[in-house]
Amino acid sequence: MPEISPVAYDSKIEGNIIFTRLDAAMNWMRKNSLWPMPMGLACCAIELMGSACARFDIARFGAEVMRFSPRQSDVMIVAGTVTYKMALAVKRIWDQMPEPKWCIAMGACASSGGMYRSYAVLQGIDHLLPVDVYISGCPPRPEALIEGLMRLQRKIDTEPALRNQKPELFASLNA
Amino acid sequence: MAVSSSAKSIQGKFKTLRTVEFRGETTLYVESKEIHEVARFAKEDLGFSYLVDVSGVDNFGDEPRFEIAYELYQFDTGEHLRLKISVSEDDLEVPTVSDLWPTADWHEREVYDMYGIKFSGHPDLRRILMWEGYPFFPLRKDFPLAGRPSEMPDVAFSSAAPLAGGPFVTVPSTATTKDREPRSRELE
Repeated sequence: MPEISPVAYDSKIEGNIIFTRLDAAMNWMRKNSLWPMPMGLACCAIELMGSACARFDIARFGAEVMRFSPRQSDVMIVAGTVTYKMALAVKRIWDQMPEPKWCIAMGACASSGGMYRSYAVLQGIDHLLPVDVYISGCPPRPEALIEGLMRLQRKIDTEPALRNQKPELFASLNA
Repeated sequence: MAVSSSAKSIQGKFKTLRTVEFRGETTLYVESKEIHEVARFAKEDLGFSYLVDVSGVDNFGDEPRFEIAYELYQFDTGEHLRLKISVSEDDLEVPTVSDLWPTADWHEREVYDMYGIKFSGHPDLRRILMWEGYPFFPLRKDFPLAGRPSEMPDVAFSSAAPLAGGPFVTVPSTATTKDREPRSRELE
């Protein structure tokens, strides 16, 4: 009586082929190569730099490639106080990022305006952009940023890779 | 402390409205029309080659409403001198001093941005912190700290900030510090 081999691994065709779902494969690739667009606007950007350095090393999670070009970025980390004068510039950079894209609001100011209840400060970047992860703290420690990044990875893992992130493409495929 | 010799020579040459001595700091109130001549005299004859700061003051409710303070410094003697002029709300225009001290260029732009006081003869009187077209002067006393909504499509916008009842604000009450301090709260 031959043993029924598991579908995902067959020793006869060596270990070079695995079977999986398309969603799972795409999400696996996406979540482990999140290239950040560092939108450093205030002191949170210092902690953002700290988390990229050797002690915390955000490269362990595939997010070390800080791209100052929005066209090569996957996740915008809004780190700092967003003034009204800067707000539309942030929005414009966000619009230049290709889909799929995500946004992390790092720290109190980016999340809610923080301590700046003032005429000059946008009261949270979520007035302009869809935010995936909010990180509390003023500024948050690098551990908090890394925790936020890992939560974003978990969120990506649960998303349908095409349906949610490319709604127009998906609709045209169905038509 | 006696009034410094520099202040005395200005008093002798120009009309000074008031002279205030406070902890060794001399403040001369001069006519706003004469500020350029006084500043030129202070710079060229008295050696106040450094303009430390130009700042605006809003004495809301008083007449004249605004004041502008010029902080001068003399490098050779280490002497400070403050010149003040009054600006009425009906005539918000004073002569620039940016031709004497180039640093006054940006200082005067900031005063214009925050108080709406115009400087005649300024080479480039645009807003410096807020954007061109922003309709308010935010450091005036009758402007609310929370701000006011404004809209310029594709340029900028602003809206009023929640000063109370927001999720991260102090709650005024007699409760303990733990209950009063800013912390994340559910909005009702």
